[in-house]
Amino acid sequence: MLEFLTQPWPWYFGGAMIAIVLFLLLWTGKTFGMSSNLRTLCSMMGAGKKASFFQFDWKAQGWNLVVSLGVVIGGFIASNFIASTNAVAISTETVDQLVALGFEDAGKSFAPKLLFSNNAFSDPYVLLLLILGGFLVGFGARYAGGCTSGHAISGLTNFQLPSFIAVIGFFIGGLFVNHFIIPFLF
Amino acid sequence: MKTIIYLFIGIFFGITLYMSEVSSWFRIYEMFQFNSFHMYGVIGSAVFFGAIFTFLIKKLKIKSVFDQTLISLTDKEKGWKRYLIGGIIFGCGWAISGACPGPMFSLLGAGFMPIALVIASATLGTFFYGLIRSKLPH
Repeated sequence: MLEFLTQPWPWYFGGAMIAIVLFLLLWTGKTFGMSSNLRTLCSMMGAGKKASFFQFDWKAQGWNLVVSLGVVIGGFIASNFIASTNAVAISTETVDQLVALGFEDAGKSFAPKLLFSNNAFSDPYVLLLLILGGFLVGFGARYAGGCTSGHAISGLTNFQLPSFIAVIGFFIGGLFVNHFIIPFLF
Repeated sequence: MKTIIYLFIGIFFGITLYMSEVSSWFRIYEMFQFNSFHMYGVIGSAVFFGAIFTFLIKKLKIKSVFDQTLISLTDKEKGWKRYLIGGIIFGCGWAISGACPGPMFSLLGAGFMPIALVIASATLGTFFYGLIRSKLPH
């Protein structure tokens, strides 16, 4: 049992645990959606003075900020005290592709050093990619009214057509960038 | 008390995102390459079990644990433009950063410091949406 939990979790177990998170949030009278926190952060920092979109009672969203703080702590606990390996068992095909693109630690580390080691801070090109990626995620999530949690999980489990359209959008954008842009970026 | 409960739900979610490798840039890259079933399995089974929970909540008229009110699930606003266009923009960013908003926070906890920049720029992206919202098709 302990060995099962410290190894990378199989897809069905990870999926079931995410569904439990959804259930717990619904059961406590809330909804499951992480990108809303970014809007709350804007509102907290006074964005309401610039746009009415941020004029709402952000304190009522405090519970969700607490959830995201928990997610940070969870990531810390998992990486330091639970996971017996940091290697991600991606397929050998993926490893070969990524090594060819310059990701030498593909299959050996949790996140690519190229993007997520502290060396990234001294590489303006990598910083630009991180800023661009983050900006599009934040802009797109709010434009679409939700992210992977709000649409792909909350929306699809409640059979919402708008969420299905959003998820199709996620994949149109993701597939396009992954296949046609990433080879030029690295 | 409630705060502690939400903190624990978050910790549980953060552990799940790390241990199931959903937070890994490599897994997102692989998903878009269709080189592994893993990510489709995680999302698919989360939707499968989640749909059962959601069905039971409605069917059994389960009440909220704190105030005993009936749990109501709000429908998303009708339409398609904002979902499709916003979704495509989100997907473009997802493929580059390899992290959606949940995993961003779990990566921060796992000590990958450059993700702080991704979180900051995602917040900025959200702010920019709020600024130009009225000019966008919805």
